[in-house]
Amino acid sequence: MWVYEKKLQFPVRIKNPDPKMARIIMSQYGGPDGELGASLRYLSQRFSMPDEVSKATLNDIGTEELAHLEMIGTIVYQLTRNLSEEDIKASGFDAYFVDHNTGIYPASAAGVPFTAAYIQSKGDVIADLTEDLAAEQKARATYDNILRLADDPDVIEPIKFLREREVVHFQRFGEAKLTNSNRFPINIKGAEDFASAPKFHYIILVVDY
Amino acid sequence: MADYNENSKREKLRQVQEADFLALDLQLYLNTHPNCIRALEQYTNAVKKAKEIRNEYEKEYGPLTAGASSSQTPWQWIKNPWTWDKERS
Repeated sequence: MWVYEKKLQFPVRIKNPDPKMARIIMSQYGGPDGELGASLRYLSQRFSMPDEVSKATLNDIGTEELAHLEMIGTIVYQLTRNLSEEDIKASGFDAYFVDHNTGIYPASAAGVPFTAAYIQSKGDVIADLTEDLAAEQKARATYDNILRLADDPDVIEPIKFLREREVVHFQRFGEAKLTNSNRFPINIKGAEDFASAPKFHYIILVVDY
Repeated sequence: MADYNENSKREKLRQVQEADFLALDLQLYLNTHPNCIRALEQYTNAVKKAKEIRNEYEKEYGPLTAGASSSQTPWQWIKNPWTWDKERS
């Protein structure tokens, strides 16, 4: 179970509204590589993990992703305070506004509602942890794109923090996968052809940003 | 006076956030390095420090978890600001 803490993981305090930026950042709330998908992916995959390292890593990173979801929701909420009708029309926020007002709805920047099709839970430690490595890099790349488009330091600081966490999580998932390198399905029943083939060696990229 | 109080509250919350962050990052590290004595030492210290700072914050500015609401009425937990409010973080 979880216990709620009445604090954000990292401060978010945005002085100036910017509905256009809100629409872009919303993608990390309910978009294809967003924090909702991340938390659901890890918290679902953890059930079938065979070893303690992967169980703990998925459990705790999945939990941290919920805190990131809250930060993104907070950023979008604060960017959409006190908007005039003019702001809404001029920024292109009107397409979102007509359906949701300034409510926080999990969708991508292009308006596609969140779907579980963004995640996978394969019940296979190698398949799942490999997906998780890619997921962290896709989220990192999305944060890079947001940083390219952002110019307000109040927005940039928390986004930089979130970007950095993707890099750390990638590292931890790589270590969890290395722990399970003996589980590469080379000797599985029905895969004898593979067993006689040259052995694969796992290479984990340790990326230092 | 009100501003001064807001600023010191925010600063204290920032200290809680920093202390908790250090503990969490070490926790994730220990999950994949369960035999690392140095990380365990740092983690033990980080958790102790985070508890101290949290107690100081809650004593002065109100509960961070519902259970820390003490026995005051009205029930303190529901009070604004919530985490997404600008005045909070």
